[in-house]
Amino acid sequence: MTLALASPALIGPGIRRRHRIERIAGLGFAMPALVLLLLTILAPLAVLVVLSATNYEFGGIDMDWVGFGNFQKALADPIIRRSLLNTLVYVAIVVPGGVFGGLLIAVLVHRRTRSRSLYEVIYFLPVTSTLIAMATVWQFLLHPSLGPINGVLKWLGFAPVAFLSEPTTALATLAVIGIWQLLGFNMILFLAGLTAIPRDLYEAADIDGCSGGIDRFLTITWPLLGPTTMFVLITTMITAFKVFDTVAVMTRGGPVGATEVLLYNIYLEGFQYFHTGYAAALTFVFLAFILVFSAVQTFSLDKKVHY
Amino acid sequence: MATVTLSSIAKSFGATRVLGGIDLDIADGEFLTLVGPSGCGKSTMIRIIAGLEHQDGGGVAIGGHSVDHLRPHERRVAMVFQSYALYPHMSVRANIALPLTMSRLKLWQRLPLLRLLSSGRREAMRGIDADVGAVTAQLQLDHLLDRKPAQLSGGQRQRVALGRAMVRNPDVFLMDEPLSNLDAKLRVHMRSELAELHKRLGATFVYVTHDQVEAMTMSDRVAMMDSGSILQLGTPSQLYERPASLKVAQFIGSPAINLLPGIVGAGGRLELFGRPMGLSVGLPPGQPVTLGVRSEALSLVHGETAGAGRGWFSARLRRKENLGSEYILHFDLAGRDAQGATMRTSPAIAAGVHEAAEVALGFDETACHLFAADGERIEPRGPGVATASVVPLRA
Repeated sequence: MTLALASPALIGPGIRRRHRIERIAGLGFAMPALVLLLLTILAPLAVLVVLSATNYEFGGIDMDWVGFGNFQKALADPIIRRSLLNTLVYVAIVVPGGVFGGLLIAVLVHRRTRSRSLYEVIYFLPVTSTLIAMATVWQFLLHPSLGPINGVLKWLGFAPVAFLSEPTTALATLAVIGIWQLLGFNMILFLAGLTAIPRDLYEAADIDGCSGGIDRFLTITWPLLGPTTMFVLITTMITAFKVFDTVAVMTRGGPVGATEVLLYNIYLEGFQYFHTGYAAALTFVFLAFILVFSAVQTFSLDKKVHY
Repeated sequence: MATVTLSSIAKSFGATRVLGGIDLDIADGEFLTLVGPSGCGKSTMIRIIAGLEHQDGGGVAIGGHSVDHLRPHERRVAMVFQSYALYPHMSVRANIALPLTMSRLKLWQRLPLLRLLSSGRREAMRGIDADVGAVTAQLQLDHLLDRKPAQLSGGQRQRVALGRAMVRNPDVFLMDEPLSNLDAKLRVHMRSELAELHKRLGATFVYVTHDQVEAMTMSDRVAMMDSGSILQLGTPSQLYERPASLKVAQFIGSPAINLLPGIVGAGGRLELFGRPMGLSVGLPPGQPVTLGVRSEALSLVHGETAGAGRGWFSARLRRKENLGSEYILHFDLAGRDAQGATMRTSPAIAAGVHEAAEVALGFDETACHLFAADGERIEPRGPGVATASVVPLRA
C-alpha cells in the first residue's frame, strides 16, 4: 500500500530490494498454511460444488449435468425434510441444555476450593472418552429390561420405557446423551471465563449493595461472560448440528426414521447408496447452515459482547 | 458522618499473622492514612473496615455502633479500589448509579422484562438520575456519562470510581491506594483534588498508601504500619520530626534519613567515628546507637572548627542531583564502602562542591534522632537538649 503511494523516484534500489525480500519472506511464511488450506478445504469444496450439480454415482464412468436438480430433489424428498427437522429439534434441545447446563456447573464448581479439580475431572471425563464405547454403555444403561435406569423406574412404580426404540423418546434420549457429552467441555470454557473476571468487581459490587446471588450474577457474572457465552453457544450449535456417531452406533436412524439426522442421511446417500452427486448437494446445504452459525458469531453478536 | 473504632483487630491468613491486635480510633471527619511497606497489613485493615474480610479477633465500630455482623453495603462505607473496579460493560452513568439502583429499587424492579411492569420504577430512576447528575457535575464528568470505562483515561476512571463512592453519601470513604495507577503528574494533581474533596464533604476518610509523600501531604493523621502493627500514630509533622523508631524514620521523608553509626562511650557520652559528641544517653558504654540526620539538616563545615553542639564527619561527593530549585548531593562516607549520606542544599552551595571532593559535613546535634540497637527512639540527656520533655507519640 505504502509502496504505491510513495513516488518511485524517492525509493532507492536498496529499499526496493528489501521490500522484495520482505514480500518473499512473507509468502514463504504463509505458504504452508495456504497449501494445506487449499488441499484439505478449498479443493474438496470446489469438487463438492461441481459434483452437487451432477448425477455422478460412486464408481460410475460418466455423469450428466443436472444443474439444481439435486437441490430440487432434496427439497421434495420427505426423508431429507424429516432428517433436517430432526436435526433442528436435536439442536434445539442440545444447545440450551449444553450451554446453560455447562454454565450452571461452572458457577457451582468455581466456588469450590479444594474439591474443584475433582469435579472438573468428573465432568470432563465424557469429553475424553471414546463415544463409540460410551454409546455401548448408554445402550446397556437404557436397556428396557436389563438397564439400571429402567430398574430404578420400575422400583419407583413406573412402567419401563424403551428409550431408544420408542419413536417419541429416541431423539430426545440421543439429545440428552449429546448434552452429557458436551457439558464438560462447555464447563471448562465457562470456568476459564469466570476465572478471568477480576475479584475486585465482586468486592465493589458487595460494597455497592449488589450482594445477593441473583444480583451478582445479573450485574457482573452474566454480562462479563458475554464473549465466552457467545463462543460456547456457536461451538455447541455447530457440534450439535454435526450429530452423527450416536445415531450411527445406537439407532441407525430408527425407529421408523425418528432419529434420522442430516449428516447420517448424507452418509447413507454417499457411502451406502453411492449417490455421490446427491450427497454432495446435501453436504452443500449442511455447510450453508454451519456458515450461517459462524457468520452470526463473526458479524452481529460479536461486537455487542466485547468491552 | 461517623467515627471509626478498631479494637484489638487480629487477622491471620493460614499460618501467617497479618494483623496482631490493632487498636485505632479515627475521629469524625478525619483524614487518616495508613502507610507502610508492601505486606504490612494496611490493605487487610481497610478491607476489614469495609467488611470484605473478616477479622479473627477484635471488633469494628462505625459511628459508635458495632458493624461486625453487617454486610459491606450495610456499613455505610464506600471504597475506591486501586484498580478502580469499574464495571466494564456499563456506561459511566450506570457505574455511578449502581449503588443507588441497588438500594432504591426492589429486586423485581431490577430484573430484565419484569421491571417493565413496575409503575414506581420510572420515578425512582428520575431521582437516581438527578443524584448522579449532581455528583458528575462536581467531578466534571458530565460529558463522559455515556462512555464505557475502556474509553476513559486513567484520571477519568479514577474520578468515576470516586463518583460511585460519593453518590451514596457514605459516612466513611475507604481508599486503597487509589492513586498508584496514575502517572506522576496526575498523581500530584489528584492529591490536592482528594484533599479538597475531603474538606468539602466533611466525611471520614481512611486512606491506604505505600507512598509516604501521599501520607504526608493529605492526612490529618498518619498511622505508620509494619508487620501487622502500628509503629507510630500522629500528625505528619510528628512522624517527620519525632519518629518513634528507626523504621518510621527510614520510611518517612525523601530522600531517606541519613543513618550514622554512633557508639556509647565513657559516661554515656556518644561517639561518632571515634570523636566524642556533645550528646549523652542513659546506656552502658560500648552499646551501638544509630544517629538519624535528615538530609536538610546537613551542611558543609570546615573540619574541627565545627564548634560546640555540632557533630561532623568527612565524606566524598559521589554525585549531584539537580532538582531545579535545589540540589541533592550524594556522598560516600570516608572509609565505609556501603554507607552513604545525602544532603539537600541550594544550587549556590552545590556549585562550590566538586565531584570526588573530600568535605566535612556538619549537623546540629539537637536535630539528630537517636535510636537504640532495638530500633526504639531514645532521648539524649545532658546539655543541648531542647525538647526533651516531649513524649514521642506511639501507638
